[in-house]
Amino acid sequence: MTPEIGHFALILAFAIAIAQSLALLGGAVTGNADERFTSFGRRASLIVFGLTLVSFLSLMNAFGHSDFSVINVYENSHSAKPFIYKLTGTWGNHEGSMLLWVLILTLFSGVLAAQGRAAPRELLNLTLGIQSLIIVAFIAFILFTSNPFERLFPTPTDGTGLNPLLQDPGLAIHPPFLYLGYVGFSVPFSFAVAALIRGKADTVWARLMRPWALIAWTFLTIGIMLGSWWAYYELGWGGWWAWDPVENASFMPWLAGTALIHSIRVVERRDAMKGWAVLLAITAFSLSLVGTFLVRSGVITSVHAFAVDPARGVFILAILVAAVGGALTVFAARANSLTPTGAFAPVSREGALVVNNALVLTACTTVFVGTFYPLFIDVLSGEKISVGAPYFNLVFTKIAGITLALAGAGTLLAWKRANLSATIRRLAPAALAAVVTGVIVLVIADRERVTGAIGIALVAWLAVGAISEIAFRIKLFRAPVSDSVKRAKGLPGAAWGAALSHFGLAIFALGAIGISLWKTETVALMTEGDVAEVAGYSVTLTSVERLRGPNYEAERATFSAQKKGEKFSLSGERRYYPIRGMETSEAAIRAQGLSDLYISFGENTSGRGWPVRLFFNPFVAFLWWGAAVTALGGFVAFADRGRKPAKLRKKNPAAKPIEVATA
Amino acid sequence: MKRLFLLVPLALFVVVGAFLANGLTRDPSNMPSQLIDRPLPEFDLSAIEGMEVGLSSDDIKGQVALLNVFASWCVSCHIEHPTLMALAARNEIPIYGLNWKEKPGDGIAWLNRLGNPYTLIGDDQNGRVAIDLGVTGAPETFVIDKQGRVRFRVAGPITDQYWTDVLAPMIEDLRRS
Repeated sequence: MTPEIGHFALILAFAIAIAQSLALLGGAVTGNADERFTSFGRRASLIVFGLTLVSFLSLMNAFGHSDFSVINVYENSHSAKPFIYKLTGTWGNHEGSMLLWVLILTLFSGVLAAQGRAAPRELLNLTLGIQSLIIVAFIAFILFTSNPFERLFPTPTDGTGLNPLLQDPGLAIHPPFLYLGYVGFSVPFSFAVAALIRGKADTVWARLMRPWALIAWTFLTIGIMLGSWWAYYELGWGGWWAWDPVENASFMPWLAGTALIHSIRVVERRDAMKGWAVLLAITAFSLSLVGTFLVRSGVITSVHAFAVDPARGVFILAILVAAVGGALTVFAARANSLTPTGAFAPVSREGALVVNNALVLTACTTVFVGTFYPLFIDVLSGEKISVGAPYFNLVFTKIAGITLALAGAGTLLAWKRANLSATIRRLAPAALAAVVTGVIVLVIADRERVTGAIGIALVAWLAVGAISEIAFRIKLFRAPVSDSVKRAKGLPGAAWGAALSHFGLAIFALGAIGISLWKTETVALMTEGDVAEVAGYSVTLTSVERLRGPNYEAERATFSAQKKGEKFSLSGERRYYPIRGMETSEAAIRAQGLSDLYISFGENTSGRGWPVRLFFNPFVAFLWWGAAVTALGGFVAFADRGRKPAKLRKKNPAAKPIEVATA
Repeated sequence: MKRLFLLVPLALFVVVGAFLANGLTRDPSNMPSQLIDRPLPEFDLSAIEGMEVGLSSDDIKGQVALLNVFASWCVSCHIEHPTLMALAARNEIPIYGLNWKEKPGDGIAWLNRLGNPYTLIGDDQNGRVAIDLGVTGAPETFVIDKQGRVRFRVAGPITDQYWTDVLAPMIEDLRRS
């Protein structure tokens, strides 16, 4: 398959997507939709997906066969690279990653078109129409500014290599998950704009949109976790989150998405908070676009930045302005028409969710301000500054703490109007757990006692709160076991999902608190045979040897660590990739229970020894497990749809998923 | 009132968008160097393998000159090299080379193949001088004035265009002052 096939397929997809948007939106705008046009429009989603897939596979084929006549392959691949990294190299560069972005975008549209038959026609047509406009914009971006299929004559004999930092399993798989998340938010965005145009955001709308928001949020959770895990073992600085602009760019849509999946529940259950939900759906996707803009425009520098080209920045900014500006204009004009029917009591599940939204959005704003402050200052005064971890640690952690405290209580509140005394009784186990663990930390911690006690108490509060939510609902210990099991089976996935995610968040917070408060670090200049001490371990540098990898040269250091008779060895590498003249490091990591002994080393430039950094990172395993459980909760909640509001369907026949066709 | 409230998100976005658009016109990688208007750090480097004379900071003083950080492993240096060759051929300005983190023998092989635009070259194999200069990557070029002060830094390759537009007028000024 020659690259031209991929190029033509993409051009064809572009043309069909334009026709599709005209067919679907034209019908919706004139209010006179010809069924032949709209059914073409819906089927076109599948065709556009098929064509984009052909395009993507053709590029992947060029990478797999190391076809260096394609500029993109020449610049980003090399014949000496392991085969699997040749394939993952398809999206390890700007052009290919944009093609993957579009592929996922069209995939979601295709699934929406295939799955959405139960949706009201007009809503589906509008949503797919807006979706196709986004597709048109991004395929145009690829074709006009970042064409991955361009050829190079004469054909070079070999490529110039992939960025060696990207030659790693963690990095090969985390972008696709991030994109599934970023791009996934395009569907709630389209649903939100469609709702504004129709002037109707009801429980049916919320039920259709909720799984999309959930799946996007879940993939984004996984993507961020994988990225963080990669940074932890590959970048060698001993941390897992640096508040780097590109990390923030993925974290901001996650926060907005978190607020979204919570407020959508309120729309679904109580037919209220509609304006909020719509605005959050727009915000989540806007922040995803801003993230894309950040990485590719060169406006803010970062270790992650791809090839920087202002022309691309201008194009993405234009897309951003059209999508976000357009959506927010529609919001300003039409949001008035979304009138809630549900009333609000301050102490209720929905009341707690409103506060949750306010807190999470505040957290999102602090990240936004921290990320863009250097740019604002540069534009206003020309001064170059950078905002580092201290700002985020100071501001963000406080808001996060309050949010955790509320999350522990929120799920135990009933919808509509909660009975205050019953709620307090339900909160008792969590409160008890918080006090007990807090006191334990105060007694046994060797430093950071007060902060640690508050943090760990919050973790216990949230974890026990999540467990007791389920325990109360299945009447654990208050009804016969068989009855509890039956109730557990009958409990909706949304409830299980929420409890799991909250529990996962608690575990994650435990990891974050452990590593930030109780990490120990030693720096030493070591030669073979030297010993350094960290957290009770005496670590000996046993040997440093040189070795050759497939396309790199490496220095491998082996350490042996000893603590109370227990002895083990661990090794790390520093790799030099001559083709790019770049160095990467593989930290030496050995898990000790839930904690890590983590060693990274530098270059022996002085000839007197290798600079070695030794870390003992307590509880670090909780970070990954916590995030994994949180994501699992997302999947569980995602799996719950359709059968949920059976009660609601009976009560309110107008909310039936099948509506009378408009045609 | 409610109407105005609904305009808030759009207004916020317009402000952020304006900053983003303006940000596109700036280059964040062009960090101001701490060395600007300060004397060039003292160094005395030996010659690279295959050449006789090294480079010390005293060699550069007393004239307007360029100090160029290069290495054979650096892709952008290949892009920059023809421009430096042309400058040297026209005798525009003395160019001094700092061969950065090069394996012995690679530097001379590269210069033999592509030509040598440098008046003198110092071997900075362990990157010690590059650290003093605050080098962020290769290629990087420092403009040194007659008093031996660093007046300007270029991060990334010098192109013909960049030379005519930015460097040539600046060097003209420095020579006159």
